[in-house]
Amino acid sequence: MTPALPYYLTLSAILFAVGMMGVFTRRNVLIVFMSIELMLNSVNLAFVAISRHLNAVNGQAIVMFVMAVAAAEVAVGLAIIIAWFRNRESVDVDDLSLLKW
Amino acid sequence: MEAIERMINLPSSSFQAIAPEIILVLGALFILVLDLFLTRERHHYLQYFSLAFIALAGWYTAQLWGDTGFHFYDMIIVDNFRLSIAYTILIAAGMTILMSGPYIKREEVDLGEYYCLTLLATVGMLFMAAAADLIMIFVSLETMSIGVYILAAFQRYRVASNEAGLKYLLIGSFATSFLLYGIALVYAATGHTDLDGISRFLTNNPPAGDKILYAGIAMLVVGFGFKVAAFPFHLWTPDVYEGAPTSITAFMAAGVKVAAFAAFARVFMSALHPVHDQWAPALYWLAILTMSLGNLVAVTQTNIKRLLAYSSIAHAGYLLIGITAGTSEAASAMVFYLAAYTLMTMGVFAVVIYLGHKGEPNLTLYDFAGLGYRYPLLGFAMVVLMMSLAGLPPTAGFMAKFYLFRAAIREDLVWLVVIAVLNSVVSVYYYLGILVRMFMNPPEEEGRALPAYVPVGVTLAVSIAGIILLGIFPTPWIDAAQRSVMVALGMR
Amino acid sequence: MIQYLPILILLLIAVGIAVGQIALSNFLGPKKPTPEKNAPYECGIIPAEDARKGVWVRFYLIGMLFILFDMETVFLYPWAVIYRRLGMFGLMEMAVFLAILLIGYVYAWKKGALTWD
Repeated sequence: MTPALPYYLTLSAILFAVGMMGVFTRRNVLIVFMSIELMLNSVNLAFVAISRHLNAVNGQAIVMFVMAVAAAEVAVGLAIIIAWFRNRESVDVDDLSLLKW
Repeated sequence: MEAIERMINLPSSSFQAIAPEIILVLGALFILVLDLFLTRERHHYLQYFSLAFIALAGWYTAQLWGDTGFHFYDMIIVDNFRLSIAYTILIAAGMTILMSGPYIKREEVDLGEYYCLTLLATVGMLFMAAAADLIMIFVSLETMSIGVYILAAFQRYRVASNEAGLKYLLIGSFATSFLLYGIALVYAATGHTDLDGISRFLTNNPPAGDKILYAGIAMLVVGFGFKVAAFPFHLWTPDVYEGAPTSITAFMAAGVKVAAFAAFARVFMSALHPVHDQWAPALYWLAILTMSLGNLVAVTQTNIKRLLAYSSIAHAGYLLIGITAGTSEAASAMVFYLAAYTLMTMGVFAVVIYLGHKGEPNLTLYDFAGLGYRYPLLGFAMVVLMMSLAGLPPTAGFMAKFYLFRAAIREDLVWLVVIAVLNSVVSVYYYLGILVRMFMNPPEEEGRALPAYVPVGVTLAVSIAGIILLGIFPTPWIDAAQRSVMVALGMR
Repeated sequence: MIQYLPILILLLIAVGIAVGQIALSNFLGPKKPTPEKNAPYECGIIPAEDARKGVWVRFYLIGMLFILFDMETVFLYPWAVIYRRLGMFGLMEMAVFLAILLIGYVYAWKKGALTWD
């Protein structure tokens, strides 16, 4: 017996909310970025659970695309963060202030 | 197993269905490799090759005109809606590349990767217009976005550009996770990710208060709302538009918005059409708030790039009217509007590139003082562009608003149209304000000859010609737009 | 839930053995601390400097390239499971995929992202 779909969706929603709180409250740009990754991965959990529930495979296929896309996003994100850090010597989102926020 | 058989036995017409995209991917890879072996002096070849690939993609798109059908296991759709949007995107990309040459040389970021990334982002946009499945929309949205993130931060040694790229990346990927969550919930509620399947499911099983489905639709609105810069998800727009390289700002304002609206429209007007009554009120208010905020804040702006950012938010508000109306007439009006909007945006950013000095310290509205008399041709171009953006006849902007509002009135959205017209009146104030500065005020700085940016001039001329053409002889283009309705899934 | 009981028992035994060993060695072992013994262990060599300092940017570059090429292999697994049934078509598709990756690799190589000095 496996737990029913609503439990997985609830867990996924909680993880998504945790990630969202991280984005809103943390000031370190790397941790904000990790929180966004947590949000993406919480959705992955939902996809796998739904896919299993519906007995269809396309939910699992999405997860692989999401993982690949997230990796590309991380690489680009880190590159931009490093470029910014070199010019600004900071990883604090409050220092993203040259342009009015 | 049946799925595997279907995949192996792909008909060759499937590859024709994505020929423009294949061409551009090959072109981007070719430019990436060519850049490694090209000396500094021959760098401008990359620009010519990019334009050639865009033109080739346009030619292949023309070959597809009139076809309809699904390809690649119902992932790719061919219909005239996709193809008209594809044309608009290719024009935006072509104009961007054309005016980038002098610009990136002036700003000293003349790298081959610039063209490669622009082409790859264009591929993402084309696939967004062609997507017939939510997975496909997600992947193509990210293909586009990741390319544009890098392009926004392309001036590596300029903090403003880094900051624009970083903000766009953080907020963009935040929005993407909402979109993805929306896809997951719609998948949970309907058991389908393909738009056709969702539409059929919702027609056969009208959802009675299905909370998961409505939560999913709300998340999709949030995700797309960020990408098209709708209130209250627009906060990134002015900062990113100001900090990014100007040519890329134009690309974002036109290309990204067109592609995002194409996917937005297709998901809501076809797949989610059976539940139109549930989401239409939300988009109704979103449209009102977006255009009102965009226009009212634009009045207070002094930097031209920020002003154009708020103006693009206002235009997103007008376009949301089309999605709210949800008819095929509204869809074709949106196609026309997006084409007109692309031409105006490209033209006005070409003017900004013309006027900017290196590093662009001189882009406040005060720097426009007296320019109309000093450079009469540029002054004339600005008159046409501003009239079109404000929606005054006889320009493309007027015809676009006219067809869009007419489609909305036929759906009894009279109050929405009244508010939109009032908004247009507000927008006349700040658009014509620029012209007043250009023609009525004395110049602030010493006169200088305009730089001889031939490609930027060509871009500007094409956009002005297009605006006047669409404004005075709109009939053939409207006919084409009316034949550009989506392969109706739910509207069948 | 009952079928998870063996896993729970296994978990308890594993944790018990690990905790037990550390606790036993703490109780029974003799302790004669000297400055050398208290220093952090670094392969037997005397620690040279503080570990908290900036990392050379090249590590990030290699790290990013690793993430990218590593993640792309995620698409090889589902392909490998059914590649016999996919036949020639699947082989060609994967060849195209790998060719694009190869171009990325050549690009990184020519740009000097893989040289270490």
